[in-house]
Amino acid sequence: MSQETTIIEGDTGIFEIVVGLEVHAQVLSQAKLFSSAPTAFGAAPNSQVTLVDAALPGMLPVINEVCVAQAVRTGLGINAEINLWSRFDRKNYFYPDLPQGYQISQLYHPIVGEGSVEIELEDGSSKTIRVERIHLEQDAGKSIHDLDPRSSHVDLNRSGIALMEIVSFPDMRSPHEAGAYLSKLRSILRYLGTCDGNMDQGSMRADVNVSVRRPGEGLGTRCEIKNVNSVRFVQQAIAHEARRQVEIIESGGSIKQETRLFDPDTGETRAMRSKEDAHDYRYFPDPDLPPLVVTQEQVDAIRATMPELPDQKKKRFVEELGLTDYDASVLCADRANASFFEEVAKFAPAKLAANWITGDLFGALNKAELSIAESPISATQLGQMIGLIDDGKISGKIAKQVFEIMWQEGGVPADIVEERGLAQVSDTGAIEAVIDQLIATSPENVAAYKSGKTKIIGWFVGQVMKETGGKANPGIVNQLLKAKLDQL
Amino acid sequence: MSVTVDTVCKVARLARIHIQEGEAERLTGELGQIMDWIDVLGRCDTSNVEPLAGITVDEMPMRRDEALMNNSRDDILANAPAQDEGYFVVPKVVE
Repeated sequence: MSQETTIIEGDTGIFEIVVGLEVHAQVLSQAKLFSSAPTAFGAAPNSQVTLVDAALPGMLPVINEVCVAQAVRTGLGINAEINLWSRFDRKNYFYPDLPQGYQISQLYHPIVGEGSVEIELEDGSSKTIRVERIHLEQDAGKSIHDLDPRSSHVDLNRSGIALMEIVSFPDMRSPHEAGAYLSKLRSILRYLGTCDGNMDQGSMRADVNVSVRRPGEGLGTRCEIKNVNSVRFVQQAIAHEARRQVEIIESGGSIKQETRLFDPDTGETRAMRSKEDAHDYRYFPDPDLPPLVVTQEQVDAIRATMPELPDQKKKRFVEELGLTDYDASVLCADRANASFFEEVAKFAPAKLAANWITGDLFGALNKAELSIAESPISATQLGQMIGLIDDGKISGKIAKQVFEIMWQEGGVPADIVEERGLAQVSDTGAIEAVIDQLIATSPENVAAYKSGKTKIIGWFVGQVMKETGGKANPGIVNQLLKAKLDQL
Repeated sequence: MSVTVDTVCKVARLARIHIQEGEAERLTGELGQIMDWIDVLGRCDTSNVEPLAGITVDEMPMRRDEALMNNSRDDILANAPAQDEGYFVVPKVVE
């Protein structure tokens, strides 16, 4: 295991950063954790609220079996221990978007115990980040404060949606490691289909715990930065927060444990208005809910449906398909990319497919600001086109034209090549005619070749390609040219 | 068990209950008596007893993952102190 520590050079020596993450991931399900209300994003305010979510008197929670299965699935995805017996607790606090007056959560007996996530460091080595637990809990509603100067508006659509809180150990030592962990976790959740990972829609957000210490010392006092909603912001928040703490310590102060907010506009963190007893949640077991029991058979059944995860897929791409480590990483980070690649590779050699996807296709998609799902060129089209290159029917250069045509107008690659006369000329007779003509009209270059300047053959190849509009098969051109020149 | 004025004030604050000046003093006695009464439970030896997580059934019944609305938004908003464009409207709360 390699260590990658971001050292902060203070005036009085060096400090290292210690980071732990609590990630809230919205469970993918049709209905909420304890009610039948739908979970769709972007619905009209308060249109997805049942009497249970509004916490009307007498309503009782009944757990959604799929939310439970999704938590188990996520646990298996990070090689975690699954607790067959778990229990729900009430976390009490008052806020207008929490109609119950408490959040149902799992403080004492979470459904998932210790697991781990492998991350890749900047030097290419890997590191294990340990996960302490995953528990199920309810999301709160949404308060909007800027619609009216004197009041807040509350939408309870999110109230009661299932969240998984994924708590890491303080194993990260740099903003990069925290970013890599969050990205990897998101990738795993998307592969598993347990969370869509869309941080911009709030379906995944992180509370970031940051402390600093002199190397070799015990853990310092931490500050928690709440609700950070992008990988980049997590990294910025850590960098800023660590520097702030070092400055306080070096000027003789001490760190006060507190909750802070990250402001994306300034890249800084600031203290949330805090009351001394804001964190007195008075947890106790929820008397409305009996223990949550899952059987080993249920866990095994879920395990049997586990997909290939990013680490396994990457390994297979490298070992069995011969991709480079880099290409495999890029393709496997996103499940949609990996699936697209596998589809393309059904028609064409894997390495060539990887090159075209990570190069031309990603380039074009980036430029057009499209996701892979929105690609104008389908995996089948790209695969067939690469197949034509591999069969020697078109050159790589012509393929770029075909790519452009498919991007703009669509079409079947073989038809495009046929209709536009783009097929590579492998007809030796036709190529020979061009070569003979060229040799006859360029005596000086022929003489140069014969005198030993054999590199000039590149010029001949270029001329033949030009003459044939780029359609001559370069391999055959080379071969024929050499034969003819050497015979002279 | 003695309950201090500070504890009474803190519990009142956490529960968002407003208590009058001087009321805290009287409540220390009342809450203290309630605590004494609950403390009787502490006399039981529970060292060999599994903690009880629920008294109705041993296991949690589960619902299927089906989205279903049996009420309208108007039902939900019927008890709102004020509403606007489908939102609950409450006194300003900003963290």
